[in-house]
Amino acid sequence: MAKYILQRFGYMLVTLIIIATFSFILMKMLPGSPLTAEQKVTEAQREIILDKYGLNDPVPIQYLRYMGNLAQGDLGISFQMKNQPVTDILLSRIPVSAQLGLQALLIGTFLGMLLGLVAAIRNNSWMDYSANIISVIGISIPSFIFAGLMQYFLGVRFGLLPVAFWGSFQQTIMPTIALAIFPMAISARFLRTEMIEVLGSDYIVTARAKGVTKAGILFKHGLRNALIPLVTVMGPMAVSLMTGTLVIEQIFSIPGIGEQFVSSIMTNDFAIIMGTTLFFAFFFIFIILVIDILYGIIDPRIRLAGGKD
Amino acid sequence: MRKSNWLLLVLALALSMFLAACSGGDDTSETDDTEGTEESSPEQVLNLIEASQIPTMDSSMATDAVAFQFLGESMEGLYRLDEDVVPQPAIAAGEPEISEDGLEWTITLRDDAVWSNGDPVTANDFVFAWRRAVNPETGSEYGPFMMNGVIKNAEAINNGDLDIEELGVEAVSDTELLITLEKAIPYFHSLLTFGTFLPLNEAFVTEQGEDYGLSSDNLLFNGPFTLNDWNPTGDNPDQWSLVKNEDYWDAETVQLETINVSVVKETSTAVNLYNTGEIDRAGLTAEFVEQYAGQEDYVTLPEPTLFYLKLNQANEALANQNIRKAIAMSIGKQDLVDVILANGSVVSNGAVPQDFTTHPETGEDFRAINGDLLTEDKETAQEYWETGLEELGVDSVELRYLGGDTDLSQDMDAYIMDQLQENLEGLTIDISAVPFEERISRDEASDYDIQNSGWGPDYIDPNTWLEMWTSTSPYMTMNYENEEFDALISEANNELITDPVARYENFLEAEKILMDDAAIAPIYQRSRAYLWRTSVKGVIFNPMGADFSYKNAYIE
Repeated sequence: MAKYILQRFGYMLVTLIIIATFSFILMKMLPGSPLTAEQKVTEAQREIILDKYGLNDPVPIQYLRYMGNLAQGDLGISFQMKNQPVTDILLSRIPVSAQLGLQALLIGTFLGMLLGLVAAIRNNSWMDYSANIISVIGISIPSFIFAGLMQYFLGVRFGLLPVAFWGSFQQTIMPTIALAIFPMAISARFLRTEMIEVLGSDYIVTARAKGVTKAGILFKHGLRNALIPLVTVMGPMAVSLMTGTLVIEQIFSIPGIGEQFVSSIMTNDFAIIMGTTLFFAFFFIFIILVIDILYGIIDPRIRLAGGKD
Repeated sequence: MRKSNWLLLVLALALSMFLAACSGGDDTSETDDTEGTEESSPEQVLNLIEASQIPTMDSSMATDAVAFQFLGESMEGLYRLDEDVVPQPAIAAGEPEISEDGLEWTITLRDDAVWSNGDPVTANDFVFAWRRAVNPETGSEYGPFMMNGVIKNAEAINNGDLDIEELGVEAVSDTELLITLEKAIPYFHSLLTFGTFLPLNEAFVTEQGEDYGLSSDNLLFNGPFTLNDWNPTGDNPDQWSLVKNEDYWDAETVQLETINVSVVKETSTAVNLYNTGEIDRAGLTAEFVEQYAGQEDYVTLPEPTLFYLKLNQANEALANQNIRKAIAMSIGKQDLVDVILANGSVVSNGAVPQDFTTHPETGEDFRAINGDLLTEDKETAQEYWETGLEELGVDSVELRYLGGDTDLSQDMDAYIMDQLQENLEGLTIDISAVPFEERISRDEASDYDIQNSGWGPDYIDPNTWLEMWTSTSPYMTMNYENEEFDALISEANNELITDPVARYENFLEAEKILMDDAAIAPIYQRSRAYLWRTSVKGVIFNPMGADFSYKNAYIE
């Protein structure tokens, strides 16, 4: 297992280096410069400023310098936010996005599992249909629509929750729900399908015949086996939450990494765009790794197969 | 069966508990909200939003409206603009003494101005700050932009040809500042109100080094307010506040105790926050204007920002004056501002905006004197068009149109294209909607036929609108050249520099030439629409630099 994880970490590193290289090349191909008053600066002054930031050096040199700094955890300084170290900017914002994403993922999958379970147990009843309708709505309507509706009704019309900003628990409720709807819908659908299949399989019939309690069948035999496919979709769900935060943070004025990413793209802030891209990439790869390890815990066969490699 | 019912009950309970947890949270938040809605209380607290973070609080590095806004509130330069856009003494004790040739400005500083660490604000603070702004090692964009060709030797220093000590600014004593200009600059007085010319405490800035201006802890203030809790790498990078500075020399004028600021990027969120009473002002985009126009707290503020089409004469058709005139006159500008912009913006028929500068003798507005020079007139446009086509010997013209990629500019460009193609027979327009940066680089490369472009002033003088259309200007990317126009502008900035009246007449004349040539096709002057709490009084609106000044503001 340890060897397996170590090997995966190795792959992860290589993937990150490739992503960093590609993003770097793509950024260099973008038109424009990080100068903020581009129109008002003469050619000579622009050269002076680009020189100061080393942007006139040959691209391979800039690349090596960037990668060298990156290895030390230094993502450079922001151009838009003059002199602010990008690493510090991201570090101050990551916890906010992480809290929001985690809350949404946990609540979303928990509620989704409840819905899926109910639907599976009461297959083809009104409960099943309602659960289905809820998940179809959740999948097809984008989170920002929910966000906007909640903000208006819960925030303005009924004054139940704060409209925006970050700091208190109340302020996390609406953005969390907006983000949680998608994972909820996905996991409800997955769990329902899997549960119905598992509950109809031979070993459940056997367990029933042995006299295992209904709860025992559901949780010990049914749920555990139905969870494996759900774990598979957890990865893509976590990633879709990251992109979801781009919009949701903007709508609720939450000082997270998504909000920063959007504004750095608008201002051509090379260092922040690179830093955020790398962080997102790292996060994605890391999630995949965690899920592979989780597989091993849920289904020992996968661990054994991995270990032999 | 009974057992499964029991299980369902548990699940239902779990669900309802989760919902209950939510509504439990609601109760507490309700009390929070009522605290925020005490708009009518006499408390001198203003709650504002900005559309972006403060990029920098280093006055040498600042380039944008948000930075200048908070520099303007927390710092004080030699002069400060009043509500009539006239510079009033601030750190300066009175009006400047100007030598006869207009080159030497002697300014006496007040002796009771202090920094927030107790140091007095001295003449050396200005010398240090200005040298820093033009020092190439600082890498400032606005330093050289504001000072080159204005302060003596600024350009040579910025190019690295002279030592920074050679800059034309000198501390004669702690309270006497001697500024030497490159040439007499008639608008220098108003320049001194601009953020780039703010003082810096040398000892503090040197001690902070690279850390200067990174957060409120790394800053010193000498203005009406101090900036608190601002830290882009802190726990909440999107919220900060301005607190009344008790050490400010004019603290008794300042009535607001606190200004709370948060970053809000979505207009709909801003409107929602305004409607719950959490903020006192929300900027509106067109889709909200319809809903709120006419309400008592709906306000539009005209800005001195002009939008126009740049017509590149490298294109054979656009080199023809009749063709240019036809294009300029066939755009339905009134409908554009009424329907597409719908935010109080006004049609522009000249190259200088209204409510910006006045005639030095008569006090009449520039726009009022010159009137409408290039108006919408579709019939005359068609005549010009036909004459133009005849002169060119063609019956159809194809033009590339360069526009922005925002929703608003795409709507606007589509409308303009439609107007031009509909009114001018044989004209085909091909639009490219590109991001701002791309548009700028194509502009610099002169790679467009028609470009939808805009400009904001850099100082308060008609020159800021006209000099850029001279053939030698770095912004002249449309290959327009008119010797008469160039001569008038050059004369205004050289021979007539100490004769404000004759100079102003030159600008008036120059604008007429520019519009007669239809060098650019003016479209509109922008306004901004706001929802603005009526209890907020005394806010001064500035046409340049910081948008607003809250020094005299109060809550009624």
